Amino acid sequence: MNIWLIMIIAGLATFATRLSFILLLDRIRVPDWFRRGLCYVPVAVLSAIILPELTSPTGSLFLSWRNPQLLAGMVAILVAWRTKNVLLTIAVGMAALLAIKLVLGYF
Amino acid sequence: MILKTRTQEFWNGVRDEAPILLGVVPFGLVFGALAISAHLSTLAAQAMSSIIFAGASQIIAAQLVGTGTSGLVILMVVFVVNLRHALYSASVAPHVKDLKTGWKLLLAYLLTDEAYAVSIMHYDRDGDPRNRHWYFFGAGLTLWSSWQVSTAIGIFIGAQIPASWPLDFVLPLTFIALVVPAIKDRAGLAAALVAGLIGLLAVNFPYKTGLLAAALIGIVTGLVIEGRQK
Repeated sequence: MNIWLIMIIAGLATFATRLSFILLLDRIRVPDWFRRGLCYVPVAVLSAIILPELTSPTGSLFLSWRNPQLLAGMVAILVAWRTKNVLLTIAVGMAALLAIKLVLGYF
Repeated sequence: MILKTRTQEFWNGVRDEAPILLGVVPFGLVFGALAISAHLSTLAAQAMSSIIFAGASQIIAAQLVGTGTSGLVILMVVFVVNLRHALYSASVAPHVKDLKTGWKLLLAYLLTDEAYAVSIMHYDRDGDPRNRHWYFFGAGLTLWSSWQVSTAIGIFIGAQIPASWPLDFVLPLTFIALVVPAIKDRAGLAAALVAGLIGLLAVNFPYKTGLLAAALIGIVTGLVIEGRQK
């Protein structure tokens, strides 16, 4: 198959996925549990992205105090919880990661 | 209730999306460089970033093209990797339902992980929501532009960022900063913990199917706990 054809079909499929419920939700009647379930989409999806990034930074599970991403992530969670400040969380988390990597001899 | 102007909403979206770019730009460079090494033409590599506009699936697709995988398989893989966007679509749908179709098409095109994350948190804030699609547009356009530019730089000069610079860590940090304050009760906490736990156990499932399963089970957990509390 031609690369351009692949890209165009893949692009249309991706766009259709993103558009799906935006177009459908006010045309079809959805059950109440479905609507209530939508409230949990952000925390569920983003948590499912975050946790593996912390525990498996190189792709395989690394549950250890020598895992810099895991330690720095826990620091960031604490900062986000106490301050609710996005930029501060990123800055402290990044500083923590660099400091921990330095201490553990990653550089 | 305070109604922000369209311009204010737009620039707030741009501002809130900006920190994420630190994590996105290196990813765009990697994609650009990878696409060229997989023997895509310069034009095809650049076009993929605006036609598909979904980082992880583009990187996988470029690698599969490089190994001579059949077109049908590539299409299926891209579709599966991007299936999580249907969840985002359902999640933003109630907030954009009164917009004109043109706006819906535009925002759907811009509905990436990174634009979704900041926009949905903004929709959940107090205040008059009428101009919030401009915030979504600002965040989405910022991400789109930086994705196109970083792809181009990756194509022409390659990915020059040393591997020891852990810029990719900005992405989970930004998501932590958005998610943690959004957890307001036990049901939300349970949804986050279960989704995270399954996400890490299923991290090696192919093509992000683990992420999709984790998110769905997390959502169901939230609903079950919410039902029990009543």
